[in-house]
Amino acid sequence: MFKKGLFILALLIFTVPAFAGKDKNSIQIKGSDTMVNLGQAWAEKYMEKNPGDFVAVTGGGSGTGLSSLISGTCDIAMSSRNIKDKEISLAEQKGIDPFEIKVALDGLAVVVNPANPVSKLTVEQLAGIFTGSITNWKEVGGKDGKIVILSREVNSGTHVYFKEHVLRKGNANGREEFAPGALLLSSSQAIADEVAGNSATIGYYGMGYISSKQKPVAIAKDAKSEYVNPSIENVLSGKYPISRPLFLYTNGEPQGLIRKFVDYALSKEGQDIVVKTDFVPIKK
Amino acid sequence: MRKIKEFVIEKLILVCGLASIFFVILIFLFLTKEGLSVFKSVSPFNFLFGKSWYPISEPPQLGILPLILGSLLVTLGAAIISIPIGVACAVYIAEIAPLKIKEILKAGIELLAAIPSVVLGFIGMVTLVPWVKTTFHLPTGLTALSGSIILAFMAMPTIVSIAEDALYSVPKSYKEGAFALGATHWQTIYRVLLPAASSGIVAAVMLGIGRVIGETMAVMMITGNAAVIPQSILVPVRTLTATIAAEMGEAVVGSEHYFALFAIGIVLFIISFIINVTADLFLHKRH
Repeated sequence: MFKKGLFILALLIFTVPAFAGKDKNSIQIKGSDTMVNLGQAWAEKYMEKNPGDFVAVTGGGSGTGLSSLISGTCDIAMSSRNIKDKEISLAEQKGIDPFEIKVALDGLAVVVNPANPVSKLTVEQLAGIFTGSITNWKEVGGKDGKIVILSREVNSGTHVYFKEHVLRKGNANGREEFAPGALLLSSSQAIADEVAGNSATIGYYGMGYISSKQKPVAIAKDAKSEYVNPSIENVLSGKYPISRPLFLYTNGEPQGLIRKFVDYALSKEGQDIVVKTDFVPIKK
Repeated sequence: MRKIKEFVIEKLILVCGLASIFFVILIFLFLTKEGLSVFKSVSPFNFLFGKSWYPISEPPQLGILPLILGSLLVTLGAAIISIPIGVACAVYIAEIAPLKIKEILKAGIELLAAIPSVVLGFIGMVTLVPWVKTTFHLPTGLTALSGSIILAFMAMPTIVSIAEDALYSVPKSYKEGAFALGATHWQTIYRVLLPAASSGIVAAVMLGIGRVIGETMAVMMITGNAAVIPQSILVPVRTLTATIAAEMGEAVVGSEHYFALFAIGIVLFIISFIINVTADLFLHKRH
C-alpha cells in the first residue's frame, strides 16, 4: 500500500511540471473565484471527452486572471467583469490583444417568505435593508416587524458581488458594509431553508435556488424604473438589475486547443453545465 | 537478546509518550508563527477589543470583541443550563438511584456523548430554533440561547460522568459518620458528600465548559453567526470557532484575514488552556 502510494507520488512529482510547462496539449485557465466551479466543471467534462488534453483551472480573482493573461502565464482568463481600459493598454504594451467572449450570466435573486406581503423593492431600498438603515418591514410597504437579514459567509463570491453591486451600487470606492446584525449562513441552501421557515427574513442567492417555498422579489433599478422578476429571460435581456455577464478572455481570437475549449463552453453541453452550476446560459 | 528487546520496547513507548507533547508544542509554534503576523497590521488592543469584524473589506477591520463575547455568552448560557442538571444527575446516579436505573442512566448519558455535534446541530435547527422563535416572539430563532441549549446537551455527559466519579470516591466512612449522627439522606448529600467532592465537581464543570467553548459545528448551524456585540441572550451571535470554520476555506493564504484567523486560534487555545489548567488544579487538590 505504502509502496503504491510512493509510486503515485513520484509519478505526480514528475508529471505535474510537465503539464505546467508550455505543453501544446494543456490549457491554463485562471481568474474569477465566482467562476472557478463553472470552469472546473467545464474542464472535467472537456477532459473526459478529449482524453489527450489537459485543462488546469485556478481561481484568485478576475484581476489576477487578467493580469496573468497580460503577463502570458495563462491561456484563458475568467472574469466576472469587463476588462478595464488600463488593463487593455497594459496588454497592448506587452503585445497581448485581449479577446472577450461572453460565456454565461449570473443573476442573483432576492427572496422573502411567501407570507410576506412585500413583493417588489428598488435597489435603493435593498441597499438600505442590507446595510441596516431600514430595519422594519413597514418602511418598505410590509407589515410592522423587524427585518432579519440573511447573507452568505464572507468567503462567498456572491457575498462580495452583492456588497459591491447592491450595497455600494457598483461604486468601487464605496464604504457601505452589511449591517453587523446580518445573519451569515454557510450555504445558499441554508438561506433558502431559513427564508422558507421565517416570515421576517430577506436573503439572496443564485437563481437556481428559488423554489415555491420562497418568494423572489421583483427589483427595480430606481423608483421610476419598472419592477423586474428574476428569470432567465429577464437576465438574458438585461432588464433584471442584479445580474452580470461572465467572460472568458483570450489573447487574440482563440486558436487551436483554446478555440476547442471555448467552443465546448459555448456548446449545448457546455451551456447545460452553466445551468447546473447555477448560472444563466447565454444560449438556450 | 531479552535485554535488547526490553530496551527497544521501552524506548518506543517513551517516544510514543513524548509524541503527544511534541505535537502540542508544534501546533502551538505553528499557531503563534502564523497568528502573530496579524499584529503587523493591527495592534493587539484593536484586535482584541475592536468592535467590527469585516475581514474582507478594504482595508479589513479585524476586531474580535463581538466574537469573544459571542463565544462567552453561548458558553455562559450552556453552563447555567448544564451545571445544575448535570450535578443533580450525578448525585442521583451516585447516591439515590437503584442499581438498575443507575445502569440505564449511565448508558443513556454515554449515548448522549456519542451523538456527533453536527447531528445535534441539525436537530437543533429543525426543532429548537423554531421553538425559540415562537416562544420568545423573536424575529429569528437563530440565537445565542439556541446555541446554549444544544451545547448544554454536549457538556452534560462530561459533567455527569466526572462529577459522579468524584462523588463515588468520597470515602464511605464520611457517609456512615453522617448517618450515625442522625442526618437524613438529603442532609448527608447536601452537607457532607457535595462539599467533600467539591473539587472533583468543579473539575467536571470546567471540563464540560472546555468542551462547550471549543465546539464548532452545532453553534455555526444555530447561532446565526452575526458579528454584533450581543445585548441579550436572545440575539444572534458569532463565536470564535464558527468564524474560523466558516472563513478559513477561502481566506487567501498570507493575507491579513488568514493571519487573523490564526490569531483567533491562539485566543481559543489560551482560553481552553486556562480552563484545562483550572480543572487540573481542582482535580489534583482532591488527592
